[in-house]
Amino acid sequence: MIEIQHLVKRYGDKTAVDDLHFTVKPGVVTGFLGPNGAGKSTTMRMILGLDAPTSGSVTVNGKRYAQHAAPLQEVGALLEARSIHPGRSAYNHLHALALTHGIPRRRVDEVIELTGLGKVAKKRAGAFSLGMGQRLGIAAALLGDPQTIMLDEPVNGLDPEGVLWIRTLLTNLAEQGRTVFVSSHLMSEMALTATNLVIIGRGRLMADTTVADFIDQAGGDSVKVVSADSARLREVLLGPDVTVTGEAGSETLAVSGLSARQIGQAAADAGIAVFELTPQAVSLEEAFMTLTGDTVEYRSNAGSASQTGAPEGSVAA
Amino acid sequence: MSATLTATSGIADAPANRPEYKVTFARVVRSEWSKFLSLRSTWITLAVAALLLVGIGIMGAYRYDPSALRGPSADAHDAVTIALRSTELAQLALGVLGVLATAGEYTTGLIRSTLAAVPKRLPVLGAKVLVYFGVVIVVATVGAFLSFLGGEPFLHGKAIALTLSSSGVLRCLFGAGLYLALIAVLGAALGMLVRSVAGGISLLVVLLMLLPVFLDILPSSWKPDVSPYLPGLEGGAGGSIIALHQGSGTLSPGAGLAVLCAWVVAALIGAAYRLLRSDS
Repeated sequence: MIEIQHLVKRYGDKTAVDDLHFTVKPGVVTGFLGPNGAGKSTTMRMILGLDAPTSGSVTVNGKRYAQHAAPLQEVGALLEARSIHPGRSAYNHLHALALTHGIPRRRVDEVIELTGLGKVAKKRAGAFSLGMGQRLGIAAALLGDPQTIMLDEPVNGLDPEGVLWIRTLLTNLAEQGRTVFVSSHLMSEMALTATNLVIIGRGRLMADTTVADFIDQAGGDSVKVVSADSARLREVLLGPDVTVTGEAGSETLAVSGLSARQIGQAAADAGIAVFELTPQAVSLEEAFMTLTGDTVEYRSNAGSASQTGAPEGSVAA
Repeated sequence: MSATLTATSGIADAPANRPEYKVTFARVVRSEWSKFLSLRSTWITLAVAALLLVGIGIMGAYRYDPSALRGPSADAHDAVTIALRSTELAQLALGVLGVLATAGEYTTGLIRSTLAAVPKRLPVLGAKVLVYFGVVIVVATVGAFLSFLGGEPFLHGKAIALTLSSSGVLRCLFGAGLYLALIAVLGAALGMLVRSVAGGISLLVVLLMLLPVFLDILPSSWKPDVSPYLPGLEGGAGGSIIALHQGSGTLSPGAGLAVLCAWVVAALIGAAYRLLRSDS
């Protein structure tokens, strides 16, 4: 359990974290989303006490991080930046951390096995690939068998197998009743693993919600229907919890609240010819960008052009 | 593949049956000791320092020429001075060792892991000081003795020859070990203060070697009042600790040690303040 109350961090004139207020609950994966520079890493460093808040407070399992007798047993963290000496082997790095807590060597071997580092554990960590470095960071995070796991951009640099491994790991850790707090700037990644969502932009809380609610608010799942008589089809389909949108005179309708199968059946019963029937997955990425669009710190022109959306199917000259 | 399959094995169901872990100062010292042992760079720096200490000392004795007007023999009045002349170079290697111990954690990012494990922070500084002081005092004392004993046969029968039983010799040799250990601690404190290897080494060189030179451009009447209170060897507090005969205007060995300790403590207080107060 991580409780953040009116957390503020200023660096001179710049406010990196602005009155953040939320709770990360045990038993589920909570995604921490925001564009680059939104203040995710700063917030995580404050949770660990590496950075001191300008004001406000943050507690982990009821106490400030530094006040725990065995901090690595409370929170295991992977920070975004590398936190190892490149000249030391992975094994020796983990062993030195374990010694501070009296964690036995057996546990060091366990987390090395667990993160698939067995073959490279005795090699200098400086020679590790990005993915191996991430695995070493996760091994360090799991070392104290912590109640709360906090990972900053864990899938960065991982190959598809590694990404899948992280997803499984996070889900399992949450199922065991642990608090799992994972940051990302990719909505699509979070939609696959997280249950709860905390979205920030420019240090401010934009949303404290669940993935399910976020999808609903983004428009839910709809079905695109192209038919011969969209006006009559609309009347056939309308009902409680069903919304049908479409421009007058257009053959295309967007229907939510009904499955493609139900729509097709209804159209057939009414004798309306259907030319296209396509379930539309809602673009979470777009909904996320709409929410945080005004807060993006480093916007590129190309990025904003694609946000407004180039006409679909247009052929590049 | 195996990683995927074993994704959660080895993680006990929380929170039942949790082992009792706890951070204690003794454990932090053990952790720092293991960090010290597991880096090649610390071994290389330590070996270089020992080599300089012994090699230059013995070479000085071998090449000793009482009639020389210039060169290393010219102002050597006793065998201890010849044996310990190498401290001048060894102190740089050992001071750098200290800087690397602390500033190296900041430049590599390791400090984030270290402070996440020991968020009270001060034990980390204390443990590093203990480990580096302990290692260096052993290596440097042994080095000083080897330097003296290795040079002894070459100086045998000459006017400046001394033996271990000569008055003051043991004090000088142990003093050299203590001086070098304190310089390593000074390096560690400076490294933690400035959080940069280059910055820490620069500061160390300024304190130990450049300040005496800098004094020469100040009014000459100031020099006798300031110079003995500098930490370094050249006319400073360190020189008083390892010299067999005190020159005029220098401190006694005990007073020199007290002055050097004051420098080290001041640097440690600065380091502790920065460690506790600044974001990492």
